[in-house]
Amino acid sequence: MAVISYLEAGRQALAEELARDPTVWAVGEDLGRGGVFGQYRGLAERFGPERVSDAPISEAAILGAAVGAALTGTRPVVEMRFSDFALCAVDELVNQAAKARFMFGGQARVPLVVREPIGMWRSSAAQHSQSLEAWYAHVPGLVVACPATPADNKGLLKSAIRCDDPVVYMEHKNLWGLEGEVPEDTEFTVPFGQARIARAGQDVTIVSWSGQVHVASRAAETLAEGGIDAEVIDLRTLWPWDKPAVFASIEKTGRLIVTHEAVAVAGFGAEIVATVAEHRSAHLKVPPRRLGAPRAPISYAPPLEDVVRVGEAAIVAAARGMMGGVKA
Amino acid sequence: MTDIPVAHNIDISRLRAHHRLMHRIRALEEAALRGMADGLVLGAIHPSIGQEAVAVGVSALLEPRDLVLSTHRGHGHTLAKGADPTAMMRELFGRVGGTCGGKGGSMHIADFSVGMLGANGVVAANIVIAAGAAHAIKLKREDRVVVCFFGDGAINRGPFLEGLNWAAVFALPVLFVCEDNGFAATTRTASMTAGAGPGARARSLGIPSEEVDGNDVLAVEDAASSLLAAVRNGGGPRFLHARTYRMTGHTGADPASYRTVAEVEAQRGRDPIRRAREALLQAGVSADDLAADEAAAVAEMERAYAEARDAAFPDTATAFADVQDVGSPLVDAY
Repeated sequence: MAVISYLEAGRQALAEELARDPTVWAVGEDLGRGGVFGQYRGLAERFGPERVSDAPISEAAILGAAVGAALTGTRPVVEMRFSDFALCAVDELVNQAAKARFMFGGQARVPLVVREPIGMWRSSAAQHSQSLEAWYAHVPGLVVACPATPADNKGLLKSAIRCDDPVVYMEHKNLWGLEGEVPEDTEFTVPFGQARIARAGQDVTIVSWSGQVHVASRAAETLAEGGIDAEVIDLRTLWPWDKPAVFASIEKTGRLIVTHEAVAVAGFGAEIVATVAEHRSAHLKVPPRRLGAPRAPISYAPPLEDVVRVGEAAIVAAARGMMGGVKA
Repeated sequence: MTDIPVAHNIDISRLRAHHRLMHRIRALEEAALRGMADGLVLGAIHPSIGQEAVAVGVSALLEPRDLVLSTHRGHGHTLAKGADPTAMMRELFGRVGGTCGGKGGSMHIADFSVGMLGANGVVAANIVIAAGAAHAIKLKREDRVVVCFFGDGAINRGPFLEGLNWAAVFALPVLFVCEDNGFAATTRTASMTAGAGPGARARSLGIPSEEVDGNDVLAVEDAASSLLAAVRNGGGPRFLHARTYRMTGHTGADPASYRTVAEVEAQRGRDPIRRAREALLQAGVSADDLAADEAAAVAEMERAYAEARDAAFPDTATAFADVQDVGSPLVDAY
């Protein structure tokens, strides 16, 4: 184990896979100079400008070319800078990458990874802050990964590169500097659909992913001080998502909160709460809650940005409300 | 007789082969249209009747290892690349044994075994995919090329600019073929297109472009030949603007009432099969032999029609196959 950052873990994962498999290559704007956040630093020098390639500001071509290159025997990793910009390439992702294998009757696979950094970070405002993971979870054919820790950013990215399905890989920009222990084994991977218990507990289950896992974990510590023992589940991937882990936790706690940075309305929290309501309602002691952002664009000014965050206090209040029978 | 390609030093056997293949494409599409009338071809089909010379003239220059990307109007490109017409007809009928197992239909017809990487239901979407296929070929140092067919309507979508720029920047082995039938769906493309047209847009990106009479199969082949030679020699992308005319509506169901009968009749004189036939007659091939080409094509596609009609629908379990490796499509459904 080595202690490295979430950003460095992603860089290591890509470097290892580039070294391991000659069909892997990366393409995106500014990769030759390390990428917009430095997550590709040194890779063009080490692997050459063909395998870590610059690209024009042409999101449709970046993702569309990746589809063609994936259909033609390579494994492209494409960088979209911000998930918001990937919206310029929704046809290429949703109509082409996600469907090519199926609509051509299984004649080909589309093994590509599209890296789409998400989340609120340093007053980035409405077009550089969104968390749109639920959109992609809705699309048949796509895998959706949302790593929360440095170890997962290495292990999930390596799984994504090795996967024959197109993977939407959503790193949280606010986590780039987060440090943690990361295995150095080049065969270390994290499987899709296997949640991580970030904190074990008996009283209330808090399900989350990506940056919000850390907010939920801080809330759990606060709750512990008041005698409430929360379990925090980091889903890691939204498709597939680890239903057995969530069910097992609810069978233990009888209380469910799902919290995400994305807008609450039609967010993935709704999917989880609905699934639990369908299959585990007998275990629920109180109605489940989902805590997501208001349905408003994200502001620039810090106080305005802050009011659309689902903060620690909201999670604490929801949990206390569940425990005391009083809705916060 | 009109517009006989007298300028060509006619290679009779070559033109005869083109004549046969153009008849096969037309017979396949006429059989498919009959299948639509008979309620057997269910979704939209977009015939290329009148445009066969573009598919045939370009594809004549391709090797099995070369790749083709096509459009919603892709039957001709697919057959010309070497797909089996019976498997194609089964696909159009949505039957077992179709090229895509009945899951794609006309708009997503594909046969990767012959290098045909798919028709596409989204205009211009195949341009960036073609650039990527060519990118992979270049990365792997393979000796093959990509041909990307698209219509004149595609030049007004963003992926046209993005894909051509990409191909030029990375000097990729791809020939772009703009099959210009004059209509973007049911709108005259010229009425919605600024500037000097497809070739000028390609040249503005530094991509050499040629314009050709797309209803003259030998002219198409000649023009594509020099362009493809440059592509194969590592010269980067090339662009062919082939002017043709769509004899049917946008889809099999479109009566094309936005144009006059006189306009269509005038175009009938420029029909690529008719022109090839006239050139062959003039070169001494007998009318009986040419009629036999047509009869053989019609008979072949009648057999394909009958086989498709009699084939079973796919097992419904295949509706959930080949979605993805990860996760089950049936989770939480119904």
